[in-house]
Amino acid sequence: MAKVVKEPKAKKKSEKQKADSKKKVIAPEITPEVPKEEEKVAAKPESKIKELQAKRDRKTVIMQGNEAVSYGALDAGVNFFAGYPITPSTEIAEILAAELPKRGGVFVQMEDEIASICAITGASLAGAKSLTATSGPGFSLMQEGIGFAKITETPCVVVNVQRLGPSTGMPTSPAQGDIMQTRWGSHGDSPAIVLYPASVKESYELTIRAVNLSEKYRTCVVLLMDEVIGHMRESVTLPDLANVKVINRIKPTVPPHWYKHYDENQKYLSPLASFGEGYRFHVSGLTHDSHGFPTNKSTEAAEMMDRLRKKIVYNIRDLVQIESHEMDDAKIAIFAAGITARAAKAAIAMARYEGIKVGLLRPLTIWPFPDDAVRKMLRDKDIVIVPELNQGQLIREIRRLTKDKSESEVVAIQRANGQLISPQDILRKIKEVC
Amino acid sequence: MKNYEIRLSGSGGQGLILAGIILARAAMYDGFKVTQTQSYGPESRGGSSRADVIINNREIYFPEATNFNCLLALTQEACDKYLFDLRDEGTLIIDTTFVKNLALAADNTYELPFTEITQERLGSPISTNVVSLAFLIKTTGIVSPEALEESLRYTVKPAFVSLNLRAMELGFELADNYGK
Amino acid sequence: MANIPQKVVHQYLRHDKKFPHVWCAGCSNGIVLGSFIRAIASMDVNRDDMIMVSGIGCSSRMPVYIDLNTMHTLHGRAIAYATGVKLHKPHMKVVVITGDGDCTAIGGNHLIHAARRNIDITVILVNNNIYGMTGGQCSPTTPHDAIATTSPYGNIEPDFDICKLAIGAGASFVARTTAFHVFEMQNYFQKAMEHPGFALIEVISACPVIYGRLNKKGGAPQMMKEFRDNSIPLTAVPKLPPEQVEGKIQRGILQEIVRPEYCAAYADLVKRVQESGGEQ
Repeated sequence: MAKVVKEPKAKKKSEKQKADSKKKVIAPEITPEVPKEEEKVAAKPESKIKELQAKRDRKTVIMQGNEAVSYGALDAGVNFFAGYPITPSTEIAEILAAELPKRGGVFVQMEDEIASICAITGASLAGAKSLTATSGPGFSLMQEGIGFAKITETPCVVVNVQRLGPSTGMPTSPAQGDIMQTRWGSHGDSPAIVLYPASVKESYELTIRAVNLSEKYRTCVVLLMDEVIGHMRESVTLPDLANVKVINRIKPTVPPHWYKHYDENQKYLSPLASFGEGYRFHVSGLTHDSHGFPTNKSTEAAEMMDRLRKKIVYNIRDLVQIESHEMDDAKIAIFAAGITARAAKAAIAMARYEGIKVGLLRPLTIWPFPDDAVRKMLRDKDIVIVPELNQGQLIREIRRLTKDKSESEVVAIQRANGQLISPQDILRKIKEVC
Repeated sequence: MKNYEIRLSGSGGQGLILAGIILARAAMYDGFKVTQTQSYGPESRGGSSRADVIINNREIYFPEATNFNCLLALTQEACDKYLFDLRDEGTLIIDTTFVKNLALAADNTYELPFTEITQERLGSPISTNVVSLAFLIKTTGIVSPEALEESLRYTVKPAFVSLNLRAMELGFELADNYGK
Repeated sequence: MANIPQKVVHQYLRHDKKFPHVWCAGCSNGIVLGSFIRAIASMDVNRDDMIMVSGIGCSSRMPVYIDLNTMHTLHGRAIAYATGVKLHKPHMKVVVITGDGDCTAIGGNHLIHAARRNIDITVILVNNNIYGMTGGQCSPTTPHDAIATTSPYGNIEPDFDICKLAIGAGASFVARTTAFHVFEMQNYFQKAMEHPGFALIEVISACPVIYGRLNKKGGAPQMMKEFRDNSIPLTAVPKLPPEQVEGKIQRGILQEIVRPEYCAAYADLVKRVQESGGEQ
């Protein structure tokens, strides 16, 4: 083979990284037959499962966002997936169709997205950790079922890899147009937990977090993805399985005749029995009392609605996660999520190179909205730029929070044409406003 | 190394996204941070297709190539569309089987009929993606040939490893002999 | 048939919960519930391992009253929820109680696909030819020319033959009976639940307060008499002249075959995948 002189700097880095990754590999889960870095060149994995083990050997690997979601789901203990293929989320279904049977879990391709959300809710009530994945059109179909999971306080996770809408829109193009739908999509007041990753690694981490939060708070949690994040590949190093924190639902300890399906402890989190374990409870999409039976009493209705609200608003500190990037000395702040936040980071690097002090506030939890952090940003910074791939959704939330003060100016960058907002677009706006 | 942005462009079915994955994995083997994104239409064959690979020593913020250090264009349409986003000192590699007009004469331009050569030497145009990728890697030195081989062995299906290794060697050979 | 005292029904009801029930006097839903309870009482089944799932409609209120694992879900989606439960806990007996509108209009897609998969779920379809709970709108089984609030001049649409639909989609057990024939109904319920595969029982039932009134069918007793006089057992059909068969409700088991059941097929797949180490 022909040799080419490698850039010496790169070589050094490469050796260091290899050494690092070797150190990290040591973990009890790893079976001896996993090929080591050197052997991999010589021994091509002969079977699919070997290859997957190699992929899972927790070294640095190339992974797609949708792949990271799939492995995140498996590592979080998801053992039930029902879904319907739709671009750009299909890879999740394809990977889980191959992986779940190996682990004794269930993969089923349903007749539509409505059936998918229903099946995962039913499975969850029977004790499964369940997840489905879809995109805009399917997510719209699922709204009624998401409301049912929320009113019956059934843990489940819906991954929505956003594409440009409305309607069929542009199936392979990115957009951030479902932000408000994840909050208000199902009819009636139904508080939401929605997480929003910005990288492949974070897709893995937030999938695990989504499953954990759904189990902990007994609700349908949405993982909102950008098409670009779902389809992009990145070099990532996954944590050892031993370091993955998994939360399982609390099981009732009382005998069946004392069991209340919606019992409250002080944090509004209640134990959850599964069908087939002797508890013989009733769930209903009708407004219900604490046993789950339908009610028309306004006091019981108010109690139920309050429970749904309080379990979110009383736990804001546990639910909200934000990233603050170069904000300390910034005069201008950018508020952005997902892929747009990455364009913002690149723009910030360029702006700071030219001496303009800019920072980024990025929500990892988009609902409940990080009100406190945004209020602080509006108090401290003169100008807030809100770039987003839609016609103005995040900016409404920012404007909602400006009323209790601050002279800061809120500036929009909006695009809904299937193209990303580039770092240059944001830099231009920074220069315009500073 | 600073941010190094590569765009592989052409039409659906030319295997450019696979080439992007192979390049990204090779860069990872060499210890770099890397992102690979793509854009394609609904067609599995035909339509326009591109894969972007960004290679860096540090965290990569924006994963889409906006100002390329290197552009590979396998069709006239792709060449016309992306040529002007190539940096002044950037490397342009075109497949003259399909690219007949070059709107801009750049310094580092490499022109070869990759598809024709692949058809002739390997009996089928199917490996044009790997031939041109190997050429690109050898010409720019962005990743090591060893890493490319390792990545190829890992990424492509076992039945196609030997074909792709021959394609890689062909690409290296074309690069070594270019202009001679 | 086992001789079961009447009181057995009481052992399976949630007396302390939400009684009195929502059904009108003369409604057939209570008869269906009674027959269902007698059927499960005569079977050797642990009720902790039994779940009843329903959608929306009059008959779909049944799960509230019966002391099993129960789910009252979305309009039309009972079979989809039941599929999730069954796939995760295949040992559970899963029964769907549904109506004509719930199952064949809004839920028609789930019905045909569950039948196609032949998943071991028993669907009890209470067909009263109308949307009763919402006040009498036309359903896919409202007969041609019948009056409903959304077909005030008579229904111009032909109606579904639900059993033929289920058979066509692949259901492996299909039976039809009426609310008058309670022991036959109980017998079919038991057979359906013991059948390994997708089973559907259509129970032609009376909605005297809405459908009966709109179509001048008389009260509940008249409608019951009509079920008695206007239905014939399937076994009698070949022996009767065509004019005596025409327009009659044909009662009986229309389909009973054994073909691969979905949960069993999935279990086989898991076994195969695990043994082969994931070779595709």
